[in-house]
Amino acid sequence: MTDSVLNARADARARGGQTSDWMPYLPASSSPYRPAGSEALTWAETVAPGGYTHKVLARGTRIRFDDPTGDACAHVIVYNALEPVERLNVADTVKIPWQAYLGAGHPLLSGDGRVLATIVEDTSGHHDAFCGTSTEAWNQQKYGDARPEGPSPAGRSLFVKAAAKHGLTPRDLPPSVSFFQGIQVDADGTFVWQGSAGEGTSVELLAELPLLILVANVPHPLDPRPEYAAGPLRVHAWRTAPTGPDDDRFHATPEAHRAYLNTIDYAEARGL
Amino acid sequence: MTSSVPVGATSAPGSPLDWSEPLVPGEVVLDERVAPNASWSAVVRAGHVLTIVDVGGNQSGDCLIYNAADTEERYSVPDTLAWQGNAYVRTGTVLRSNLGNPLMTVVGNEIDRQDTIGGACSKESNTLRYGHHVMFHHGCRENFLSEGQKHGLGLRDLVSNLNWFMNVPVEADGALGIVDGMSAPGKRVAVRPDTDVLVLVSNCPQMNNPCNDFNPTPLRMIVVRP
Repeated sequence: MTDSVLNARADARARGGQTSDWMPYLPASSSPYRPAGSEALTWAETVAPGGYTHKVLARGTRIRFDDPTGDACAHVIVYNALEPVERLNVADTVKIPWQAYLGAGHPLLSGDGRVLATIVEDTSGHHDAFCGTSTEAWNQQKYGDARPEGPSPAGRSLFVKAAAKHGLTPRDLPPSVSFFQGIQVDADGTFVWQGSAGEGTSVELLAELPLLILVANVPHPLDPRPEYAAGPLRVHAWRTAPTGPDDDRFHATPEAHRAYLNTIDYAEARGL
Repeated sequence: MTSSVPVGATSAPGSPLDWSEPLVPGEVVLDERVAPNASWSAVVRAGHVLTIVDVGGNQSGDCLIYNAADTEERYSVPDTLAWQGNAYVRTGTVLRSNLGNPLMTVVGNEIDRQDTIGGACSKESNTLRYGHHVMFHHGCRENFLSEGQKHGLGLRDLVSNLNWFMNVPVEADGALGIVDGMSAPGKRVAVRPDTDVLVLVSNCPQMNNPCNDFNPTPLRMIVVRP
């Protein structure tokens, strides 16, 4: 009964306390899916298929993505939360480590010679730094529908909205990377679909600077399945320490070493 | 003029140069030379054809493309690659925007493949790749900023780019890097806009890898109306 303000209020309040398959968990420590080994959680959420999320995270935050069904695809853009003009640069991210395929130890580099986040754990190994996310034009021709509010939203449409909620515009959307659905490049450059490594894999990122992260959970553009095949994506985060001289990865390669030096130089100058 | 400014290297004396000619015949509407280390930009009209000449051979021309009517729509490496299902740029490649729309089409190409994976060099990334002692070197990102600001473009508008005449293979294990080029003096690529486009080019000044054969040479930009 919603025929009066008091009744409408009672009706609305009676809706509280319920759960759904995709929702943020507050406080984060109440997550029913708390990862083993995590510290006090600062972010816990299940992102719906075709959904998105975004968060500003402290330096040193560890972010874990879980793909419980094998059908998640986490498209990710990261920014320096203090100066979002510093953002993921996919070309530098593959060129500077001399490696196109993302995996544990791979830095996500900005265009400013710093590490925004490091991939610190990876049980999937099926990822992509070539194809970016889907556009409305792509989904229209593939699924016949690309409405952001419809059954087959494009990753870019979700990034546009996530970015807007931090005062950013489409100019601020660089190419993204994606996790949990892989492609490989054959000898003549052709992309070979690798797809998922199966259900139950995870990827963990470590925020090396104060981080704005945008996540769109939509099918990889080259997913050969005709249906909009997407599964839930779980996200958990907790506070740890950023990469420093005591970590093996700080010294792993000369390029990564100088990237971490640049990152720490920035952080210390800013008093972080 | 004498100066103590360390402006970087330029062509070795006596470097062979071949200025060539348009790859597609037509009435020449623009014909400009881009000095080593310099930047260039122009609006190229739909239906015209831009020929880029690698005058000295293996000189990377880093390139960004924008819809001239709305620069928020710009070249997108992932869209270009995903739509064609291949990591390299060759004749027939449609250079797509961040909306998935065709911006330009490669209509002629005289080397095996063109790069769009390797991105642009910068003062900042040079410190990772080669050390902090090269921070003072010039870079393509510097050129893109200087040239872009003439059109109201800034750092937010710099995205992953094309590298004409640069060679970046991806090996079976994912190893990737800039290696010796496959071009030569006078080799050309021709691109035809599908809509009016703003083209930014940085004649790559990098002196720490083979993207310009360690010998920065000029580029020639020719626009014809076929």
